[in-house]
Amino acid sequence: MSLPLLVFFILAATSVAGALMLILAKEPIHSALALILVMVALASLYLLLGAEFIAAVQIIVYAGAIMVLFVFVIMLLNAGTEERTDWSQLAKYAGLPLGIFFMLWLAHWMAHSGVGAAAASSVGTPVANSVALATDAASGAFSTRALSEQLFRTYLFPFEATSILILIAILGALVLAKRDE
Amino acid sequence: MNTVPISYYLILSAVLFGLGVVAFVFKRNIITIFMAIELMLNAVNLAFVAFARAHNQLDGLVFVFFVIVVAAAEAAVGLAIVLTIVRNRESLNVDRVNQLKF
Repeated sequence: MSLPLLVFFILAATSVAGALMLILAKEPIHSALALILVMVALASLYLLLGAEFIAAVQIIVYAGAIMVLFVFVIMLLNAGTEERTDWSQLAKYAGLPLGIFFMLWLAHWMAHSGVGAAAASSVGTPVANSVALATDAASGAFSTRALSEQLFRTYLFPFEATSILILIAILGALVLAKRDE
Repeated sequence: MNTVPISYYLILSAVLFGLGVVAFVFKRNIITIFMAIELMLNAVNLAFVAFARAHNQLDGLVFVFFVIVVAAAEAAVGLAIVLTIVRNRESLNVDRVNQLKF
């Protein structure tokens, strides 16, 4: 077994274990810590795929900002052990088999649709209209310079639109969280 | 350089998305349900990066960037909504939030 494959399996096992911990944990704070574990494992997988910038953004924004927000709200609301009700029994008996079925179906579909095979055969052959500098020849990693050029040229308008979105989100969060006088 | 088949990443992405769906249906705590949504977004991001690698194109990475930005905005507004719900109902259990008007 080659080294990248070994690293992939370790990281995949870590992320799946983290997702299972998120489901099985009774306290919300344990779920939040498990989700941070999943996010760090995914960031390492992005590094393995050569997407260095996305790996850094994943750590800074997801594991840093978003999860801190979650942990803060859990602390603020003093969220303790989950309380169970009658309806959660329905979720247990209907939701669990359905979720597992959905997961297996997706995995089966992806493994047998030829998507993986077709994609694997096209590795290393850039499609005609791709940016010339998409990948660094030496390491095979995606070049951050090419990504920024793509972001600020081809996708400039969506990029500016997201800044409006963030502004609206800030205002919305302020209005919602404000106490009525 | 990359000897891991792309389909492995896609299967991992499907498994993580499925676990996110299970958590979404299974959990009763409104904050944990919100975290399940974040898990599903992460699983989709992994598929995006895997496809970007498979086709050697950067567009997939740009999409991941936008997904992360939207997730950040969604987390801010969503947690503000959670705060309002908890202030009104004094419970984090979604089964107790079964009326539009309280």
